[in-house]
Amino acid sequence: MSVTDPSTEGAPSLRPGGGTAAPEREFTVTARSQGRMVLRRFLQHRLAVASGIILILVVLLALLGGRFWKYSHEELTDELSSPPSLEHPMGTDGPGHDNFAQVLRGAQKSVQIALTVALVSTTIGTLIGALAGYYRGITDTLLMRFTDLLLVIPALVFFALLANRFAGSGWLALSFSLAAILWTTIARVVRGVFLSLREKEYVEAARALGASDRRIMFRHLLPNAAGPIIVNATITVAVAILVETSLSFIGLGVQIPDTSLGRLISVNQQAATTRPWLFYFPGLFIIIIALTVNFLGDGLRDAFDPTQRRVRA
Amino acid sequence: MLGFVIRRLLTSVVVLFLASILVFTAVALGGDPLAELRSNPLTPPQVIEAKRRELNLDKPVPVRYGIWLKGFLSGDMGKDNRNRDVQNRISRAFFLTLRMSVIAAFVAVVLAIAVGVYSAVRQYSISDYVFTFTGFLFLSMPVFWLAALLKLYGAVRFNNLFGEDVTIVYTAGAQSPNLPEGFWARMADYAGHLALPALALALISYAAWSRYQRATMLDVLNSDYVRLARAKGLKSSRVLVRHALRNALIPLTTVVAIDIGAVFAGAVITETVFAWQGMGRLLIQSIRTYDANTLLAWMMVVGVFVILFNLVADILYGVLDPRIRV
Repeated sequence: MSVTDPSTEGAPSLRPGGGTAAPEREFTVTARSQGRMVLRRFLQHRLAVASGIILILVVLLALLGGRFWKYSHEELTDELSSPPSLEHPMGTDGPGHDNFAQVLRGAQKSVQIALTVALVSTTIGTLIGALAGYYRGITDTLLMRFTDLLLVIPALVFFALLANRFAGSGWLALSFSLAAILWTTIARVVRGVFLSLREKEYVEAARALGASDRRIMFRHLLPNAAGPIIVNATITVAVAILVETSLSFIGLGVQIPDTSLGRLISVNQQAATTRPWLFYFPGLFIIIIALTVNFLGDGLRDAFDPTQRRVRA
Repeated sequence: MLGFVIRRLLTSVVVLFLASILVFTAVALGGDPLAELRSNPLTPPQVIEAKRRELNLDKPVPVRYGIWLKGFLSGDMGKDNRNRDVQNRISRAFFLTLRMSVIAAFVAVVLAIAVGVYSAVRQYSISDYVFTFTGFLFLSMPVFWLAALLKLYGAVRFNNLFGEDVTIVYTAGAQSPNLPEGFWARMADYAGHLALPALALALISYAAWSRYQRATMLDVLNSDYVRLARAKGLKSSRVLVRHALRNALIPLTTVVAIDIGAVFAGAVITETVFAWQGMGRLLIQSIRTYDANTLLAWMMVVGVFVILFNLVADILYGVLDPRIRV
């Protein structure tokens, strides 16, 4: 969530050109912090801002919508297999569940899992990448060989194994199992950034002033690595939601009695030709979430690192 | 070069060895392979005991791993929990899934190059934006949903184009139960079964690759030597194909090679939609029944495949761009 904060907070006062504080003299130069420049660049990326807003709305709907909707996901109504109507905006299924309530419940689980996975895997990945990149040598070799191990083995085996093992014990366990594999990408990125940053003069200066390793890592290096970390954390949300729904689809993820968007699709695909609303809506939710996350990540990448932007031909 | 290959192969062997320990332990501690047998109260305890001994479940986990490793090193993948030959089942399933992966990857690469180059040449045109958006769309789409969509809506409509009772594309299985006679008829049958799953998988894989191809092509198009080629007065088609494209293709080889594992995983998911008896089914079954031998064989076969593919890509990278020392 922290990723999307900049698009909402302080947005009005930072419109380019519309500075709030009037200059005291004609040539006053106000310093702009790194964060403000990133925010400014991000706000110029209209698609990314719009995606961020839609994403926040969808996530809120997924997390809280179930409480306010008139039907619960377990409730049986009298209308069986009815197409979408005002009463049931996404129709009902065979036993009479309101499909909108089902989709909300599924989306809640999928979103909870995706956000947890992103948070946990970013934390682990950052920590391991930072240690490996900062200390180099044997620490680096050991940690990176371990990362290779997880990258080379077909991840699906591990996902499936862990998911099957822990799926019965709730969504949190499932999230942790997914995070246990997905942290490797972030670890590699952070390691790369730390390897180059640790050679900078300001690190040398900090060390000369007697700063401890921990202080250098967390106060000097980490803030400078924030860009790639935030971008990768965003992308991880999209990856996590796709992996989780796939696992749930083949029956190894979220289990009965709970549901997720992947499980809804798997259950409903048999009936899809006769009752297409049961099949389309859960899929649409996955696509909207993953698509907005991807656009957001793209916008953030441009905002954090304008040099990466392609030269205009 | 030779040293590099040997070093890479050696580390890969170590990695696979460690991975096999991890997976074996996870399976061994994960659950009871005899749960199904035990759940039936009519099973006599002697039968369970005999089965337990047959599967070596009475021995500690490290010993069981040793037994597996010894067999594996001598080329024997062992038997599964139902006493079927693992090697036979794995190889059959593997080539089935491999067929889908390779064809999908091929289609995806061709599509990605065409679209990526076109988007780069016509940067910021309407078609570029359309391709960018569809690329993001496929990137954000679960492969099983697209596969199911094609199966449920695409197949019927497509077949109806050719008349009422004609079936050109099939939606279940990798081949018809009774294969038609003749080489071409058989090939058509395979292709008909392969078309939809391979298309779904190709579209999903194509998305990221086309974005990548567009970026590298733009890089190359903005480089000095392309400007020089243009300044010399060469025809723009010649500049594009001979000067720009050839260099813009190199980075894609690495990306495709790294992603081939993901394509294979995608194939595993896709084939469950189309009811293929491939690696996906085998994986789900062996995980459900805690079948250590099958699962380890699965991991080894796919692991070796991925590692070899990455190695080939690295070597190819060095060959295509002699400046890169591998």
